[in-house]
Amino acid sequence: MSNSRTLEILVGLFVSLGALALLILAFNVSNMQSFGSGSHYTINASFSNASGLKTRSAVTIAGVTIGRVVDIVVDPESFEAVVTMSIDKRFDEIPVDSDAGIYTAGLLGEKYIGISPGGAPDLLEEGSEIRLTQSSIVLEKLISQFLFSQSKEG
Amino acid sequence: MFNWFAQIGHISISFFSRLGKEVILFFQTTACFADLLSRPGLIIQQIFSVGVRSMLIIIVSGFFVGMVLGLQGYNTLVDFGAEESLGVVVALSLVRELGPVVTALLYAGRAGSALTAEIGLMKATEQLSGLEMMAVNPVERILAPRLLAGIISMPLLAAMFSAVGVFGGYLIGVEMLGVDSGSYWSQMQAKVDYHQDVLNGVIKSVVFGIVVTWIAVYEGYSCTPTSEGVSSATTRTVVNSALIVLGLDFLLTALML
Amino acid sequence: MSETENNIIRIRDLHFSRGHTKIFDGIDVDIPQGKITAIMGPSGTGKTTLLKLIGGQLKPQQGSIYFHNDNIPALNTKKLYAARKKMGMLFQTGALLTDMSVFDNIAFPLREHTDLPQVMIRDLVLMKLHAVGLRGARDLMPSQLSGGMARRAALARAIALDPEMILYDEPFTGQDPISMGVLVQLIRSINSALDITSIIVSHDIQETLEIADKIYIISQGKVIGHGTPDEINQSDSPWISQFVQGKADGPVPFHYPAPSYKDDMLAG
Repeated sequence: MSNSRTLEILVGLFVSLGALALLILAFNVSNMQSFGSGSHYTINASFSNASGLKTRSAVTIAGVTIGRVVDIVVDPESFEAVVTMSIDKRFDEIPVDSDAGIYTAGLLGEKYIGISPGGAPDLLEEGSEIRLTQSSIVLEKLISQFLFSQSKEG
Repeated sequence: MFNWFAQIGHISISFFSRLGKEVILFFQTTACFADLLSRPGLIIQQIFSVGVRSMLIIIVSGFFVGMVLGLQGYNTLVDFGAEESLGVVVALSLVRELGPVVTALLYAGRAGSALTAEIGLMKATEQLSGLEMMAVNPVERILAPRLLAGIISMPLLAAMFSAVGVFGGYLIGVEMLGVDSGSYWSQMQAKVDYHQDVLNGVIKSVVFGIVVTWIAVYEGYSCTPTSEGVSSATTRTVVNSALIVLGLDFLLTALML
Repeated sequence: MSETENNIIRIRDLHFSRGHTKIFDGIDVDIPQGKITAIMGPSGTGKTTLLKLIGGQLKPQQGSIYFHNDNIPALNTKKLYAARKKMGMLFQTGALLTDMSVFDNIAFPLREHTDLPQVMIRDLVLMKLHAVGLRGARDLMPSQLSGGMARRAALARAIALDPEMILYDEPFTGQDPISMGVLVQLIRSINSALDITSIIVSHDIQETLEIADKIYIISQGKVIGHGTPDEINQSDSPWISQFVQGKADGPVPFHYPAPSYKDDMLAG
């Protein structure tokens, strides 16, 4: 009898340790705590160029992540990139006239979307669209523009 | 010429009949799972022998693998000035790949071979026949609880492996090599996704749990009931498990990406 | 007529082959109820296979095996398992489950097939163990038992569910004279005390002739003789006398089939 009791205790210990490890992976190693578990709402923004942006790229305000990019598609009529973002419900007071830009973290880092809040009284809600957008800066284009203008001047 | 065709025919017929038998047995075994729930004692005993007994080797290996990842990752990343990303490198390697795969390989060597040997010996010493003659179905009494215990234990073992590995990487990277503790964890949390990485890793380890335990149980059940038969079945378990785990890992990774 | 009605097992025209090897080529066997029947024959004649066929673990290619009124090969799994609960089988090695104690081994069929309370199971197990003289060995593991003790423990397990019939697979093989005597004694007393039908597969002539009521001798897939021990002893069939008296050569040749000795030697 005591034998099967020890067995049960050991198996219980094993299962709890396994569950603890899974919890560590969920909350300490991954970002389930900060994002993905709570409720959120989605907004859209169209960019003429969204190169380098990926699903799961961060959406930030003032450098703080408030959401993630969940989808990037091309609008078949305007040929603009329509980016769908999922924003944490805690940040539900973003004015409609905010503008969204695609920025780069560091010189070679990842692309992310930065939102600069506007001043309008109306707020963004589920399904709304940010109209003021600034596309990604493509390094090659920038360099060629620079060289082109240089050569024109010279 | 005809001999040649006959040989191909013979090989493929025997291959498919073996496969068919194995698939039927697999479904017969899983069909017993519902009845097993009324006898948790059987499952607990098997979780003890496949799970608890593999725990030590899994935890120790996970710790070392994490430390090696920390060391290697640091030396590569420091050249790019990106040693803050060490946590990401360690955690992603473990959670996505090394956790499920290395756990499955170790499990095949530790628990899988033991399962094959145990069931093979039960067959060789007529214990399985004895069960049948006592009107006890060995599929239900012997195979099913072992398979279920393997499916339950594998993801738990893989999670332990990864969790311990992350701490091993932390110990080397942060405590020894001086990576900033805050950026180790925060970069990790920012880049490791719960669904994409952690859950997919868990799915992988569940699949590996099914496959490796099944191979072990089936090899034991279908082995030639002699001492040579049991020992070659044990070898086959380890070799086949390793090959199938690595192959499946590629397939699953390709599917999940 | 009354004789056929009292047969618990009736085997008719049984054919069984493994691969291309014919093991049974149309045998008829009747096992009378409440008696000890021995099935004998040289090793390799498939005596154990016959027990497995009776237990439904193997299916014959042709023929019928009636246990009471059920044709064993034609039963579905559920009915087969129900029939097996009425049979006990003693395996050559004992086939005790190695991961549990002697007590738990005997209790195993009771726990699997009945909902008896633990106290009652304990009483039943101790009774069965007492019958085979191993009540004191209940806490030992099977690996701690000698071969003879393991067989006695397995016998206690075989009678745990009070079967109507017990199949003994080579019960005397590899036993020292004392445990051989114990087993002979046990088989006889269990048979008479519990009114069980016994089938013994064996090639130990003396012990078997001593306890059997009826004997079948099988060789090369056929029944070559049957009858009471006296009839067998006095048989003038060269097959039977070779087997009973253990002559090296006779109808069962000493030499494995080979080309003639002279040709073989000269061929080198």
